[in-house]
Amino acid sequence: MWKWFHQLASPPHFYRIAPIFSMLLLLPGLALIAYGVYAGLFLAPMDYQQGDAFRIIYIHVPSAYLSMMSYMIMAVAGGIGLIWRMKLAHAVAASAAPLGAWFTFLALATGSIWGRPMWGTWWEWADPRMMSELILLFFYFGYMALRGAIDDTAKADKASAVLALVGVVNVIIVHYSVEWWSSLHQGQTIMAKDGPAMDPGMLYPLLANIFGFTLLFGSLLLRRTRTEVLFRERRTRWVKEMILAPEGQS
Amino acid sequence: MTDHGRQMPGMLVGLIAVARRDLLLAWKRPGDVLNPLFFFAMVCTLFPLAVGPSAEQLTFSGPGVLWVAALLAMLISLNSLFISDFDDGSLEQLLVSPQPLPLVGLGKTAAHWLTSGLPLVLVSPIVAITYRMPGDVVIVLMLTLTLGTISLSLLGSIGAALTVGLHRGTALLSLLILPLSMPVLIIGANTVSLAAGNETYSAGIWALSAYAVGTLSLAPYATAAALRISNE
Amino acid sequence: MAQLSAKGLTLFRGDRCLFRNVSFAVTSGELLILEGSNGSGKTSLMKALVGMLDLESGVVSWNGKPVSEQRQVFHGALVWTAHRVGLKADLTPVENLRYEAALRPQGNDGLDKVFERLEISRLKPLPLRSLSAGQQRRVALARMLLADVPLWLMDEPFTNLDREGRALVMELVKEHLDKGGLCVMAAHQDVEIDAPVTKVVLQ
Repeated sequence: MWKWFHQLASPPHFYRIAPIFSMLLLLPGLALIAYGVYAGLFLAPMDYQQGDAFRIIYIHVPSAYLSMMSYMIMAVAGGIGLIWRMKLAHAVAASAAPLGAWFTFLALATGSIWGRPMWGTWWEWADPRMMSELILLFFYFGYMALRGAIDDTAKADKASAVLALVGVVNVIIVHYSVEWWSSLHQGQTIMAKDGPAMDPGMLYPLLANIFGFTLLFGSLLLRRTRTEVLFRERRTRWVKEMILAPEGQS
Repeated sequence: MTDHGRQMPGMLVGLIAVARRDLLLAWKRPGDVLNPLFFFAMVCTLFPLAVGPSAEQLTFSGPGVLWVAALLAMLISLNSLFISDFDDGSLEQLLVSPQPLPLVGLGKTAAHWLTSGLPLVLVSPIVAITYRMPGDVVIVLMLTLTLGTISLSLLGSIGAALTVGLHRGTALLSLLILPLSMPVLIIGANTVSLAAGNETYSAGIWALSAYAVGTLSLAPYATAAALRISNE
Repeated sequence: MAQLSAKGLTLFRGDRCLFRNVSFAVTSGELLILEGSNGSGKTSLMKALVGMLDLESGVVSWNGKPVSEQRQVFHGALVWTAHRVGLKADLTPVENLRYEAALRPQGNDGLDKVFERLEISRLKPLPLRSLSAGQQRRVALARMLLADVPLWLMDEPFTNLDREGRALVMELVKEHLDKGGLCVMAAHQDVEIDAPVTKVVLQ
């Protein structure tokens, strides 16, 4: 079992098997998303309160969930890289950052579109979830800015890992403090999650999209990490051999 | 060599030595202490100028404005926490010292708070009064600022350690620290607002205390790790 | 009898290999000289010895035990003279050295004697910034005398020193070696001393 883990951590091995897993995640993911989007747009019943506007949750909720999961992955991968000195873990963290940032942005954009009919404005400061997402986006920017500011890759990896770990604790605290703040200022949260009381016709496409987007994220992460690994290992022997190998191999 | 039977120095030796040295340095350069204070006062002046000096606006926005100004002033002073030591080589000496690095970093942070956070707390009543803040609310303001600036110093030391020696580290430092400091700002400012509105505000005080204690126990390790990484 | 030994040290900086498979041993009374042109990795080797840089492979041992198992003890047994002086320009030599002494309370107590030995007594009340580079380096040397530890690591200690200064450094090293101390010195000049010398040359 450990042997498999050790093998996985080896960059050439990862480079070879990543595309396979990436495809394994991508196809079901796209299928689920296709179902989720179709069912969400056309089959799910209209919300009695919000009309058709609520349908954006099929993009918004998965994006928001992934933005947070991506940060966790970034932090955990950074931690593994820092403690066990696994180069691959650092490559995963570096790849997760821009993906997570994009999902955060997507969550904010879709949230804003959702809120417009309800709030009457494109941005409602008092909505705690949107505020937490916005601050999360700043965390991502800080992480990527720190990475970009350090030239030496190994040093950048370690510094950003420390930052991500510090950020993980703070992200949770930010979430609660923003909720408290919003309750003080009577924020209008129209994004009350309906939870289990949701009509199954609404719920299943949502779940499908959540899973589908997660699989898509996993696939994208593997692809990005693969490229990141190739770039980091560009001067090693295995990359040179691979590039110089005659056509038809790998 | 007379190292038989010699004890290792106590753990706090490094903390105290570094803190005393930094305080001595601040004493020699009073400008470093005063500049953030002037900045604080000036930022508090900007708001009435920009938004209007009506009495209700002042009382309403007072807690928030003072808190934001304090946060920004702390940010300015945090810039220089490790830079001079990094430049003249005293930081590397500390990395090689037998003293535990987290405690050494804590010593520097403590000296930093005494020369930036504490003066802010002491100066805040003067500015608060111009914002027509009643006396009992000023007390709450000072209390939240004390707890908050302690947390900010500690969190800031992590950011300062990560960005020391980087090109354009200043702007990056702000980008790193501001998201981390949002909980402190939110809780601190709003607690004072609650006090101003005669509502119960003890929850915020407890939260700030817990946050300060939490950062006090955890931040030094992150700062030490960051210092080692930055010095590679 | 103290001993510092290194086996198979290899260091990479980014993709560049600075040195590979460096091994040596120094015991009490011996001087190890690291030779090599600028950029050959002398400073990096020193930094790796004290633990500031991570080695790709290899083990550094102090008194038989790997340094990674006894970091604090190892750091307590060494003092490092680096490229940069490591003192605060705003403080006087006395204030600077009082701080150094406070960091190592078990060290040598005789600040005045140290000043005399380094021939900088008249500079005591001046802020460090008004001293010349050579004078500042003499103050930095005081750190070694105050520390009273067995292992001296010196990275280009002759920088900015005049001939008298250089002779003074060699005198101090000789005295230290005679008392049973060890010294690792990185230098790109020839060093003459009446003591057992090992050389490690980095390409």
